[in-house]
Amino acid sequence: MKSKRPAIPYLGWMLVFTIVPLLMVVYFAFTDDRGRFSLEPFKNASVYSEVFLYSLGIALISTVICLVLAYPLAYSISRCSERSQSMIIMFLMVPMWMNFLLRIYAWVLILQNYGPLDMILNLFGIDVTLIGNSGAVIVGMVYEFLPFMILPLHAVMSKIDPSLIEAAQDLGCSGFYVFTKVIFPLSVPGIISGVTMVFVPTASTFLVAQYLGGTQFMIGDVIERVFQSDHNTGSAIAVVLMIVILGFLVFMNRFGDKEAVNG
Amino acid sequence: MKKILSLILALTLLLAVFSLTAYAEDEAENERDDEGKGASGAFQGEVNVYNWGEYIDPGDDGGIDVIKEFEDTYHIKVNYTNFETNEELYNVLTNSNSTYDVIFPSDYMVSRLREEGMLAKLDFNNIPNYKYIDERFKNMAYDPDNEYSVPYSWNFVAIGYNTDMIKEGAVTGFKDLWDPKYKDDGILMFNNSRDAMAIAMQLCDPPIDPGAESFTREDIDRATDKLIEQKSVLKKYVMDQVFAEMEQNQSGICTYYAGDIYTMMLNNENLDYCLPEEGSNLFNDAMCIPATCKNKENAELFINFMCEPRIAAANSEYITYGTPNTGALDLIDEDMLESELINPPQEYLDKCYTFSNIDDDIYGYMQKRFVEACSASAEVSTVEKKTVNPAAVWAVGVILILVIISTLVIIVLDIRRAVKNRGRINKI
Repeated sequence: MKSKRPAIPYLGWMLVFTIVPLLMVVYFAFTDDRGRFSLEPFKNASVYSEVFLYSLGIALISTVICLVLAYPLAYSISRCSERSQSMIIMFLMVPMWMNFLLRIYAWVLILQNYGPLDMILNLFGIDVTLIGNSGAVIVGMVYEFLPFMILPLHAVMSKIDPSLIEAAQDLGCSGFYVFTKVIFPLSVPGIISGVTMVFVPTASTFLVAQYLGGTQFMIGDVIERVFQSDHNTGSAIAVVLMIVILGFLVFMNRFGDKEAVNG
Repeated sequence: MKKILSLILALTLLLAVFSLTAYAEDEAENERDDEGKGASGAFQGEVNVYNWGEYIDPGDDGGIDVIKEFEDTYHIKVNYTNFETNEELYNVLTNSNSTYDVIFPSDYMVSRLREEGMLAKLDFNNIPNYKYIDERFKNMAYDPDNEYSVPYSWNFVAIGYNTDMIKEGAVTGFKDLWDPKYKDDGILMFNNSRDAMAIAMQLCDPPIDPGAESFTREDIDRATDKLIEQKSVLKKYVMDQVFAEMEQNQSGICTYYAGDIYTMMLNNENLDYCLPEEGSNLFNDAMCIPATCKNKENAELFINFMCEPRIAAANSEYITYGTPNTGALDLIDEDMLESELINPPQEYLDKCYTFSNIDDDIYGYMQKRFVEACSASAEVSTVEKKTVNPAAVWAVGVILILVIISTLVIIVLDIRRAVKNRGRINKI
């Protein structure tokens, strides 16, 4: 029991700044502006269903792209010598030292009309608008959250004992089977925490779509906007988003447990 | 090779750390300097000023650092904070315990605060510089007997466009912001319910007067439909982003506050303006003292200082909005005063309207409908002008139910497994 005492400061913090606000959001979601129980906020929130689906879609696509980009990278980093590993990881972290908004604004400058990328494409006779669409939003999201995918993947992969791979090879596994039978199952916990760390913030983030996207809002922007004038509806949207994310987390954890058991 | 690289890296880091500490030391020294000054002429009081962002000359580019000058002259500390909308100002005044001494509400908010008894009467004996205020800005509808407010600045809404993309003179009014012909150039609209709705109301058929005392929900619904109609041609809803979009030739046409369009035109010579033929919103920000104020004399001193022609001119040049201060007119850059964006002709002013104070309820409805218009998808809207897509509602509902059911099932399964395992362990 004693060992739990050092956690008390955090538990206090969590109670005041996480649990209580969470309960307040739930309370707001189920009451009207006079504080009486009401499902009206959810009815009002249903207007934003389309934006909600759009945001989940964007989050899903961004997460998949992150995973596809990060997995091979994390694997090759984990095969490097320990010293260069920490160096590469540091380089990956460098952009994160910069403010989030500045990074997004940098993308605005890169993608905008007459911007560098647009100019280069024009040289080849390709005339496209790069900014103000869902593609630009996804690019921004992937850039923003890629490190959150690489780090957990790398952490798990660097702990894979090389002797396991050697053993598999000694026993006659081809490269493909080494991957599917040894490396992949062992890296599943990393994939799960990576996917969680990317999907959850991309689904609820705001401002990225306002800068890189066109007139299409994301659910985070809607919550921000609605909340300013109508706490109840804003909270209701937030609660729906929380439930979906919670379900996603439970599902991911379950999936991870199974893999761990089978593996 | 690697060693050299890590060395370089380490050095760069070190350098960064050093320069940072050096900077910090500089700052600390500056602060000490300030304190020294403070001690020699210690502050004898304070005044809490609540203003719009970037609404007082900070003294860059050869202007006057207004706050510092006030502090140095009167030895009164200015606590300066910002708000973003009149409604935010109102909420802070009604809900929070913080007290402000000078506030800068717009016209309709002055009348609301005045009617609700939230403003203190000004003692004009303490504001001798009031004599500089133009008669035209005295006894306005929002303060008919001129007891509660001193006008600070005035401006109106106009249209800016890029002559590289759009022929000069082709834009004549707000209706052009709905014109598919300009879709590829990029049309920008206010990202703020009151301004966006007002423009949409003017374009409704038959038009709704945006300056009306009150609106019905139907009025707002009609304006919302008009906004949704615009979505298929619109590039973006913007506020501050409008500067980057227009100055860097990213968008062809926008509607914004005229003084800000003047600033954009200074930064990009391709830009031109248009005074919308429909007329537009004329607004007026004033200085007031809330009834809860604790330093009324200091507040009046501050207001008086702001009305000093030299200070009023500096502020007006900085925010590029018109000033009601007649004494300041001689001191302001002539080019600026000659611009129609700062001083529109009287015929245009006659077409303009000012906002009235509307019910909370209706304002809330307006905001709600505006967010709905913003989040409506452009494709659906052109066909059936509906903000709600029933298919999407069903989809979200089904997802939600599936998530809840599967979460419950998983939790139940986990608990059963845990119970089973414990049973097994107990057996062993």
